[in-house]
Amino acid sequence: MKRVILATLVVFAAMPALACETVRVGDIEVEHAWSRATIGADRPGVVYLSIRNTGSTDDALIGVATPIAGMPMLHETVVSDGIASMPHTMSMPVPAGQTAALAPGGFHGMLMGLTQALKKGDSFPLTLTFETAGDVTVTVEVLGMGAKEAECPNAQP
Amino acid sequence: MRLTRLQKILWAAAGVAALAYGALMVFSDRAPVSVAEAAFRPTFSLPDAEGRLRTPADFAGKHLLVFFGFTNCPDVCPTTLAEVAQVMDDLGEEAENVQPLFISVDPERDRRLGLAAFTAAFHPTILALAGDTEQTRAAAESFKIFFERQDDAAAPDGYMMSHSPALYLIGPDGDWLRQFTYGTPAADILADLQPRL
Repeated sequence: MKRVILATLVVFAAMPALACETVRVGDIEVEHAWSRATIGADRPGVVYLSIRNTGSTDDALIGVATPIAGMPMLHETVVSDGIASMPHTMSMPVPAGQTAALAPGGFHGMLMGLTQALKKGDSFPLTLTFETAGDVTVTVEVLGMGAKEAECPNAQP
Repeated sequence: MRLTRLQKILWAAAGVAALAYGALMVFSDRAPVSVAEAAFRPTFSLPDAEGRLRTPADFAGKHLLVFFGFTNCPDVCPTTLAEVAQVMDDLGEEAENVQPLFISVDPERDRRLGLAAFTAAFHPTILALAGDTEQTRAAAESFKIFFERQDDAAAPDGYMMSHSPALYLIGPDGDWLRQFTYGTPAADILADLQPRL
């Protein structure tokens, strides 16, 4: 299994430009998937991306999965009364005709139990599960620790 | 006209009352201002990654950018440190007059995971401080910030930290100058900081 994961990583690592491509499933378009490099594998990684619902019915992101983390989850950073906390969230709404994002300071994918450190320049696959549209796999590009947004020509923060 | 003794006493009393009222108005008008202007000098005494105890006196003459956080934090802390790193880069030569500090609210785990490597990954100038429980609590109270350990079975090691995510600016004489709320872009921090240097 490990060899398969490694092979997958190598394949994806060879095509970093994929992270800037738009991936579609049903009415859902996903793009600009990126992550930050980690020091070692003991600290959780993060995933940010942008989701557009081009349809006329509401959908929701209800799960994330990746071979590089034992426990990937959706979290939301909430700043309330000057205190930031980061509760686990079951789903992120993606209303009809709107764009929703996993973005710094808001909803984000938290990758716990990393199987390896994430290095700048690496890529890894991430499967998103939507309530209506179903599953779609995107390529997440690992940027530097100080990255603030996807590095695509037309990236949205 | 001649005033009776009683009239004199009454006029005197009225005069005193008017003066007292005036004084009260001046005092009450100025009181909140003087409270707001009174120097607030938050302090700390915390060891750096090499165990050297650091206090604000070590950084006299420099502006401090102080952030309380923890290194296991995937979203808020890296986002803020990335902005701080940008500010330090954009300051150019003036960066030597600014010292960014990262004070751990999860010191035991942060020391175990490696503190200096974490902050250095964002910018070599960021100094990480992590004390014991008491030192950490004292620093947080001095800065009037909040942090709390929250048990969460799904989190790494079974807990998360909630904390005040703002960035605090301390002047060269140790006075608290202002805070930048979480999410303030580097350009805004820079614009505020540069005229002060």
